[in-house]
Amino acid sequence: MRTVAFDQICDAVATLCQRANFELTRDMQSALERSVARETNPVARNALQRILENARIAKTQSLPMCQDTGLVVIFAEIGQDVHIAGGLLRDAINAGIRKGWKEGFLRASVTGDPIDRKNTGDNTPAVIYSDWVAGDQLRLQLLAKGGGCENMSRFKMLSPTQGREGIVQFVVEVAAQAGPNACPPMVVGVGVGGSYDYSTVLSKKALLREVGSPSPLPHVAELEREIMEKINQSGVGPQGYGGDTTALAVQIETAACHIASLPVSVNIECHAHRHQEVIL
Amino acid sequence: MSREIVLPLTLDIARELRAGDEIEISGSVLTGRDQACARLFHMAERKEPLPVDLAGQVIYFVGPTPARPGEIIGSAGPTTSSRMNPFMPLLLSKGLRGMIGKGYISEEVKTALHEQSAIYFGAIGGTGALLSRSIESVEVLAFPELLSEAIHRMRFKNFPAVVLHDTQGGDVYERHRPKLS
Repeated sequence: MRTVAFDQICDAVATLCQRANFELTRDMQSALERSVARETNPVARNALQRILENARIAKTQSLPMCQDTGLVVIFAEIGQDVHIAGGLLRDAINAGIRKGWKEGFLRASVTGDPIDRKNTGDNTPAVIYSDWVAGDQLRLQLLAKGGGCENMSRFKMLSPTQGREGIVQFVVEVAAQAGPNACPPMVVGVGVGGSYDYSTVLSKKALLREVGSPSPLPHVAELEREIMEKINQSGVGPQGYGGDTTALAVQIETAACHIASLPVSVNIECHAHRHQEVIL
Repeated sequence: MSREIVLPLTLDIARELRAGDEIEISGSVLTGRDQACARLFHMAERKEPLPVDLAGQVIYFVGPTPARPGEIIGSAGPTTSSRMNPFMPLLLSKGLRGMIGKGYISEEVKTALHEQSAIYFGAIGGTGALLSRSIESVEVLAFPELLSEAIHRMRFKNFPAVVLHDTQGGDVYERHRPKLS
């Protein structure tokens, strides 16, 4: 049994929250640079260059790349031989968000109650998914998820016989219709299979993957390529200004499902794709 | 080279602008988003006096991050305009000359823009750090309890934007509506 302290988790989460908002990750940086080189519409190319310039300013000034500093979503992989000392994991994560937000001058963007809409003032609580794995480490993957693109995400229960073609059509449609509202160029997270609820979790989990790295499953990687090509043929372009770069990546996670069902979820992510992780 | 537009936006200049023009805005704008626009709308509906005069103004849909000590403002990019769709026809009728945001707007808002010869400008979503460099000053004008959602007056210097919808009905997003194969 290995012990990980409450404060250690709190500090790590605080650091992740700030790093996610101030530093565009290398995978996103590369994907954007590749798209500038490819983009044929000059207004769109200017927009992509401004996005890269924004990332430089954000990093050097410790300024959030976007004023919507996001809802924190955490995927925790808890080694079965880890003991968390000093409090609950959930409380440690939320304490970390509180600290990260206050010290980083991030914007409180969470309402405690979805109906009365009162802001919690410190961006807590996080949405937390946990999984128990072998070993004595704690892995925390964090997304600071913007509201504008989240609002354009969709779920559909397809009929199993609609199959691959049905999946392509639905995902392309959702991404294209998200259009400028989702701040393209976007990253498209897709969950296929599982249950009604689990497919949406998979679509979020898909966003954690390194952008530009295909699925390890060849038939899924092929599906990702085909959907990506079709989304980019839609012509929506960066910010909806027209052009070749509507999506930077399509990332699909799959799971076993019932013989009667084909659940498909599409979680849209903007170009300010803030994902970070730490292993404790 | 982008054309510099100095506010207040005159009718003549508004009519010269065309969808797709890349411009830089200098001068003073009002800010507001969901809660502030909803409040103004309900006050206008009840025929109450508004806490700010909208005539001739441009409104920027933004809710910035808090400023660090010694800084004027934090990150300050546009939010999605469509959430303000229900409020904008009435608010535009109070004389607004333009709005700055991102994303689709409704046909009703477009009609209201035409009636005022007003312009829909787009700033690049997700570039709040860059855009904050074009903001020279900020002061709260109304609803301070709404914090980042309060109505502020901001002074812009060369704030980069694109004309999304012009007085002739030209519309960038309509030109690039998704083609689905």
